[in-house]
Amino acid sequence: MIYANNAEPRITNIISARQKNERRMSIGKWFLISGVLTWFLVLILFPIYGIFNEAIKNGLKVFIDQLRTPASLHAFWLTFLTTAVAVVINTVLGVVMAIVFARQDFKGKLFIESLLDLPFAISPVVAGFMFVVLFGPNGWIGSWFESMDIKIVYALPGMMIATVFVTIPFTAREILPILREFGREDEEAAATLGASKWQTFWRVTLPSIKWGLAYGITLTIARSIGEFGAVMVVSGSIINQTQTATLFIHDQYTDFNYPGAFAAALALAIFSFVILIIIQFLYKKRDLDKPKDLSLIEEIPDFPIEEGPVKNQGVPLS
Amino acid sequence: MKNKKKNRRRYTWGDLSLRGISLFYIGLLILLPLVAITVEAFRGGIPALWKNITLAQSVYSLKLTFILSFSMVLINVVTGTATAWVLVRYRFPLKNIINAIVDIPFAIPTVVTGIMLVALYGPRSTVGMLLGKFDIEIIFAKPGIVLALLFVTFPFVVRSVQPVLMEMDKDMEEAAQTLGASRVRSFFKVVFPTLTPAILTGAALSLSRALGEFGSIVIVAGNIPFKTQVSSVYIYGEIESANIPSALGSAVVLLGISLLILIILNFLQRWSSKYDLRQ
Repeated sequence: MIYANNAEPRITNIISARQKNERRMSIGKWFLISGVLTWFLVLILFPIYGIFNEAIKNGLKVFIDQLRTPASLHAFWLTFLTTAVAVVINTVLGVVMAIVFARQDFKGKLFIESLLDLPFAISPVVAGFMFVVLFGPNGWIGSWFESMDIKIVYALPGMMIATVFVTIPFTAREILPILREFGREDEEAAATLGASKWQTFWRVTLPSIKWGLAYGITLTIARSIGEFGAVMVVSGSIINQTQTATLFIHDQYTDFNYPGAFAAALALAIFSFVILIIIQFLYKKRDLDKPKDLSLIEEIPDFPIEEGPVKNQGVPLS
Repeated sequence: MKNKKKNRRRYTWGDLSLRGISLFYIGLLILLPLVAITVEAFRGGIPALWKNITLAQSVYSLKLTFILSFSMVLINVVTGTATAWVLVRYRFPLKNIINAIVDIPFAIPTVVTGIMLVALYGPRSTVGMLLGKFDIEIIFAKPGIVLALLFVTFPFVVRSVQPVLMEMDKDMEEAAQTLGASRVRSFFKVVFPTLTPAILTGAALSLSRALGEFGSIVIVAGNIPFKTQVSSVYIYGEIESANIPSALGSAVVLLGISLLILIILNFLQRWSSKYDLRQ
């Protein structure tokens, strides 16, 4: 279409070249698609099938019985507890940190903000190790707690600290770009109209970040439930005491109780499917958080400019 | 412009206390542990630390970690870019579902990933027994580690290349092709340079994740020194057997590399914003 104004012979040349290209393209295209699908099937879907197959192989009753052992129930309970703590702490502090980084300027801000990404970069084992060094019985802070008979490492508090650590960035990192994009205008307008800071937060800031926040929380939940390395190092993995669901799976596996390991693994896998669906849903919703005037600008080119005035001519103004 | 902003802004006690809370939180939970482990590692002096790093088992596990992680990254760069390409450029049945499932490795706990691979390829499984007849070992061997790493890092390259491909106009590519460039040539001369920062970002994220990966590997590879023991598993073993100095040695190496990758990622982000077509 672009070539409509050009000389005719060149048009035909280009068209035949295009057709040739398209034919070659379709072979390449189907080759690529089938290659990618095969890879996807082998790498991702086969293992998922594998766990379903192994866990249900001996019947649903065995599967459920394996999940209902006291050790298993206790492990899932601890996973729930640590996840709840991580979600509450990192939701509140994630919002606080995002607001501070988006709305305030101070010396060393860039450095501190980049520290925020560290929990993603560090190996979970090294993360757990850091907390053993810090909070262990002979650790920097741990020795002080030890003298007061408070156990942190090899006990629940340490596991919670480790889980909180690995999930620090999620909510903050999700909200930060939204807050930056929004700018201060709406909040300042609310303040000028006499709203208190607290009212501004609940009425203006929070509604604008709600989907991003929900997305961040879901990621926090997924990661907390799945955390293994850091919690393993910090907890010592004592059955019925400091074992979360992931540690329980590992423990069952190394004890050669494969049905137990497979059952608990499938339970967690199903849970992560549910979380994945929520994540997908929120991922789309999150775009709603974008400022409204921006979306208007994007729509303008699609608007039929020539037709507009013509249509409106017949419409009476009143 | 910056000065103007500074002059205009006056922070209330509320603002300052929020800042204080943030700084305290990051300081206590991120900075202090980092300082603590570094100080502990260097406490005995650099020669002692070097001795711990260069212990035969530590060196082997570090080398193994690097070789396997880099092999994974090479595979991932190709398959990830191809997957992103197919998902953006072509239409085919089940595309939306596949696009959604790409993220599943992020949602599944790493231990569960390990168990899944054992369930599929383990010596007791159908596939495992079949492979056993050909003397191919996957579980408790290096191929299993690479498979686990490929699984847990699968989304990184796909998800960093996909948005760039979506933003990219086909115009340039078509222009190159009308001017006589083949499709392959136009891909490598026109598309690839634009994608490079995104591909490298995906690769760096995969690498960072792989170097520290623990849960899936400890299940799939076991803990066999000088065969399948990667660095994170080695560190864990040393902590468990209370050999803190040797654990600190390897931990500091891994930590240093993580920080380095983080810096590289920051640099890549600035580079890729040059290609941000929305600006």
